[in-house]
Amino acid sequence: MRARLGATTIPSPVLTASGCAAAGRELDPFLDLTALGAVVTKSVQLRARSGRPTPRMAETPSGMLNSIGLQGPGIDAFLAKDLPWLAARGARAMVSIAGGAVEEYAELASRLRGAAGLVAVEVNISCPNVESRGEVFACDPAAASAVLAAVRAADPGVPVYAKLSPDVTDIVSVARACVDSGADGISAINTLLGLVIDTDTLRPVLAAETGGLSGPAIRPVALRCVWQIHRALPNTPILGMGGITNGADALQFILAGATAVSVGTAVFGDPNAPERIGRELAGALAGKGFSRCSDAIGYAHRAPGRTGVHRVDA
Amino acid sequence: MTAMMSIPLPSVPNVKLLKPVQVRAQIVHVRAAGAYRELALHAPGVGVDARPGQFVTLGVGGESSALLLRRAFALSGVDGNVVSVVVAAHGPGTRWILERGAGDVMDLIGPLGRPFPEPPPGGAALLVAGGYGAAPFVGLAQRLNAAGHAVAAVLGAATADRLYAVHDLAPLTQVLSVTTEDGSAGRTGRVTDVLPELLPGASAVYACGPMPMLRAVAAQAAACGLPCHVSVEEAMACGIGVCMTCVLPVIGDDGTSAFVRSCVDGPVFDAAKVRFDDISRLPGDLHGAGAMRANT
Repeated sequence: MRARLGATTIPSPVLTASGCAAAGRELDPFLDLTALGAVVTKSVQLRARSGRPTPRMAETPSGMLNSIGLQGPGIDAFLAKDLPWLAARGARAMVSIAGGAVEEYAELASRLRGAAGLVAVEVNISCPNVESRGEVFACDPAAASAVLAAVRAADPGVPVYAKLSPDVTDIVSVARACVDSGADGISAINTLLGLVIDTDTLRPVLAAETGGLSGPAIRPVALRCVWQIHRALPNTPILGMGGITNGADALQFILAGATAVSVGTAVFGDPNAPERIGRELAGALAGKGFSRCSDAIGYAHRAPGRTGVHRVDA
Repeated sequence: MTAMMSIPLPSVPNVKLLKPVQVRAQIVHVRAAGAYRELALHAPGVGVDARPGQFVTLGVGGESSALLLRRAFALSGVDGNVVSVVVAAHGPGTRWILERGAGDVMDLIGPLGRPFPEPPPGGAALLVAGGYGAAPFVGLAQRLNAAGHAVAAVLGAATADRLYAVHDLAPLTQVLSVTTEDGSAGRTGRVTDVLPELLPGASAVYACGPMPMLRAVAAQAAACGLPCHVSVEEAMACGIGVCMTCVLPVIGDDGTSAFVRSCVDGPVFDAAKVRFDDISRLPGDLHGAGAMRANT
């Protein structure tokens, strides 16, 4: 069941999600990494980062709140160890990059350019911009545009996806700004900012106080974002994600307009989830008469009244 | 070009660990153990090469559950394809597990994490547990006995019903001391009250229990110049090294400290390498801490 990532063909429309697969190696005992669309690696930055103190996680109804703080080895160690391992394993890597300034994103993209195993770059613009009082790039179309333009310039050839935050007034305007600046596709969505308070200590559970909410609790929000972006930008590939736990969930995202999906938090409960969901999605598509995943993209946008069962014309 | 940096890891026991497997495990039997229950599960391939100190995770709640994250349990026993875990009621996830019975099937992953290392040749081991922290110690004591090591144990809990493995450990230990905070069994007090009597006869200390207990035991062992291996219990989301939730600050072989994952780099650590005072803090000398100040 093939899909596309920008101009690149991938063998499955199901990918992992950034931050929920590390750099792939830890999932290797539980699934066939080479059969996934791609391994979307945890956001890498220029320098090694310790991440935030603990507690970093709180389980919530149908979800979880996390504030890891992008703990990671930095681009040097990533290029020396993580990416070569994925390439040697025969897996495709969609590398998520993050930074606090436009130039950092550009440098990360140039460092990655041409690396073995790299099939796409996901630009995580949901980190605070150190130059504009910590505002998140993805909350401002102009800031998002500047980052995507810099990444595009640093590597004109690689498929580039902008990962958007749902915590905005108008996600379509941010998506459009990214596409106008050279993004090939949109990854939607990142976590929603949330809070949990411990009623014993009378303090926030997380050391960082607030954290990113993920899991099935955010699925309707994610689906709405994919729906809106696809309606406004029907030719833009969308990597849909947010609380996908089974094939029917994944099908909803395809029907809303996603060309492929990422499976994130579900991996914590079932490390085989991306492989299982790929299988379930194939069954769900076939069950509705779709012979190819691409035939179902955006299918829910058709006018009401037409049959719910898809018939392949001709 | 910046200098090559990699996250330094603490030294680990030189053992070859088999990859974990994910299986549908059927509960064989459930045994009451004071305030806890011990579940024995038929989990083919999990126990074959599992060692004391390693753990398994269980999916909870069933397919339509609002509980997404797995629960981690130290292996309390291995018998062929049957593995055992001790479950205490903590919240909705563990309560769901405690409602399962013989014949029920659960999603189980294991063995996970790094086991307890062997003590120095011929040395006597002192095992120190708080509550169900004693779960891995019956298997560890059996293994140590088989290797010719003398074993002593101190088991402590708030109340008698929160002690675990007192009867199972009795035949495996030369000295077995029990403490409870309310005096309902053994000596009134904490495990740390008994340790000064037992530490002089030991050549290595193994501790498993709540973090404040581990910290206190580690300090007492260090004061006696004894190696001390602690098994930590940190909140985990995945248990397999992906989520970066269960980290604690640990000193690596090169002297650099880093946040390391207790699920794959632990749960057993050399106590001398764990920076107990800095748990839940971000010390400035931690690997990568500088980048956090620039951009949080």
